Amino acid sequence: MKILIVEDDASASAYLDKAFRESGHMVDVASDGLDGYALASEGRYDAIVVDRMIPRMDGLSLVHGLREQKIDTPILILSALGQVDDRVKGLRAGADDYLAKPYSFSELLARVEILSRRGRSVPSEDTIYRVGDLELNRLTRRVARLDTEIDLQPREFRLLEYLMRHAGQVVTRTMLLENVWDYHFDPQTNVIDVHVSRLRAKIDKGFDTPLIHTIRGAGYTIRDSAR
Amino acid sequence: MTALGRLFRTTAFKLALAFLAIFTVFAGLILGYVAFNAFRLLDEQVSVTVAEEIDGLLTQFNTGGVIRLVHQIERRSRQPGSSLYLVTSAAGETLAGNISSIDSEGLLEAGTYELFYRVVEDGAPRPHRALVETVILPGGFRLLVGRDLAETERLHNVIFRAAGWSILLVLVLAVIGGVFVARRVLGRVDQMTETTRTIMAGDLSGRLAVTGTNDEMDRLAQSLNAMLERIGELMAGLREVSDNIAHDLKTPLTRLRNSAEEALRIGESLTDYRVALENTIEEADGLIKVFNALLMIARAEAGGELEGMNKADVIDIARDVVELYEPFAEEAGVALQFEGEGPFLVMASRELIGQALANLIDNAIKYLPENADETHQPAVMVGARLSKDHVELVVADNGPGIPESDRERVLERFVRLETSRTRPGSGLGLSLAAAVARLHGGTIRLEDNAPGLRVVLSLPIVAP
Repeated sequence: MKILIVEDDASASAYLDKAFRESGHMVDVASDGLDGYALASEGRYDAIVVDRMIPRMDGLSLVHGLREQKIDTPILILSALGQVDDRVKGLRAGADDYLAKPYSFSELLARVEILSRRGRSVPSEDTIYRVGDLELNRLTRRVARLDTEIDLQPREFRLLEYLMRHAGQVVTRTMLLENVWDYHFDPQTNVIDVHVSRLRAKIDKGFDTPLIHTIRGAGYTIRDSAR
Repeated sequence: MTALGRLFRTTAFKLALAFLAIFTVFAGLILGYVAFNAFRLLDEQVSVTVAEEIDGLLTQFNTGGVIRLVHQIERRSRQPGSSLYLVTSAAGETLAGNISSIDSEGLLEAGTYELFYRVVEDGAPRPHRALVETVILPGGFRLLVGRDLAETERLHNVIFRAAGWSILLVLVLAVIGGVFVARRVLGRVDQMTETTRTIMAGDLSGRLAVTGTNDEMDRLAQSLNAMLERIGELMAGLREVSDNIAHDLKTPLTRLRNSAEEALRIGESLTDYRVALENTIEEADGLIKVFNALLMIARAEAGGELEGMNKADVIDIARDVVELYEPFAEEAGVALQFEGEGPFLVMASRELIGQALANLIDNAIKYLPENADETHQPAVMVGARLSKDHVELVVADNGPGIPESDRERVLERFVRLETSRTRPGSGLGLSLAAAVARLHGGTIRLEDNAPGLRVVLSLPIVAP
């Protein structure tokens, strides 16, 4: 995956460059808005990570400009401004995701990976999601594992649906909170963990191979570990 | 600038001047109108008197001929007064009358004239103005009846003078009134300026004087005082927050630094370093949380328009948060329930209201006693109810509650009632909820749930 990082702080961009490369991605770095805009206009990236406050062209204008040009590369805005309305402004400018500084790299990586995959294929259009022997039908809202029907609460269904849509990818707790509950604040307690462990009890209990896995320091993933 | 110069520049003075001009013009118009009518009335009276007298004399003439007329004229001429009479023959010789000193040539045609005649006063002849009317009688006789206008002129003069004096009086009064008002207002404004200067110099405790007359200056002073009160509160809050930040941010920072230092000093294995680094990240994450909460409170307290405010049903928001916390509560052995029938529409940020509620629920669960006995099941009740034009979101628990004396205090930043600070939490949850309430034009209050604590978040309802 090819990522463009637009960040003026040299040490921050060096850190991101290194970290993304270590995760197996290719990285280009632009140190100001105009350079970033020029590189992004060529449109060869799977995802763009933009700092909001950068010289020569601020992050919001850059995003807006790219969208005007009909360049729909997934964009994630990184910003020290993490208030509710800052986020709204960022998304309104055309960004796909917004992450407040300081952030953990695992969070950024998980988000960028999910964003870039969204750009390539459209698995969210599928009616039936399958992971191993687990099957989820989005139309009939039926969930079954090995022909055993599993009864889920509506929110549990949405949680599983989100996990399965990104099967094999890491999703973080904040991503779950944002996408399943549509909240962007930081709950002081591990509310998400409890929801996931409830879901896990329904999906994995009584089966030999667990499907929902905890990724330490990052979040969760659903995958068929037998394969 | 001189005192007079300053006076000229005041709004009050300019206003007084404008009123003065309007008053003068108005008074002039009224007096002019009155005088004009009075003059006309006086003149009319004279001509009516003359006409009536002529009528009377004509009757005499008709009944008794010229002899009787002459007789009447002679009799009337002898009486003192301002009447003028003259009867002449067709040839123009005077038959009777008290006018001798006028050239009667021109007066012998029928008609009304104004003329001057001489009257001997104090031994010297003086010209007097008179109004006369001449009629021609059968037989060529001329009858002339007139009135001396001296008296009327005196009346005219009286009216003129009265009008003049009135205008002068109006002018003087208006000037005095204007100067008085201007000086008074100026004095109070000066006083206010003086007070605000001392306040600007740094003494925030100063307040503007309120005279108690409840006039506009008083109201201005009251609003300014209220503003000062609010600024003072914010300043005090700021000072307190910086103290608290010093404490609540420096403590974890110290811990963070210590563990890093310790790892450097005595760390031997990779595991040691790993543990130390994990600790460091954990502390840093904690710090970030506190920092975010602080920024959020600051944003909410700054007020103003917030992007992302929508009309939303608080029931939906509350139900979602309860649903989010329900498994967590269950795991903690707490019965978390929601009760309320909507819809209650408010202009709200779902995100902020959600976070405020999450904080309240989180607090309630956290402070419930952990091992409850059989009879006392820990429970948190979330509800929404209508109270006039507000919707009250209630989070009630049956835990230890908060003593009444502390209820105001816990809303402040970083205030935690347990001094040991062993339980997790930053002491920002309630202050954030309070700031969110304020941002939405609402209030937050803490009540006794007997037993337990009841937090009421009151938000104004909007029309659908």
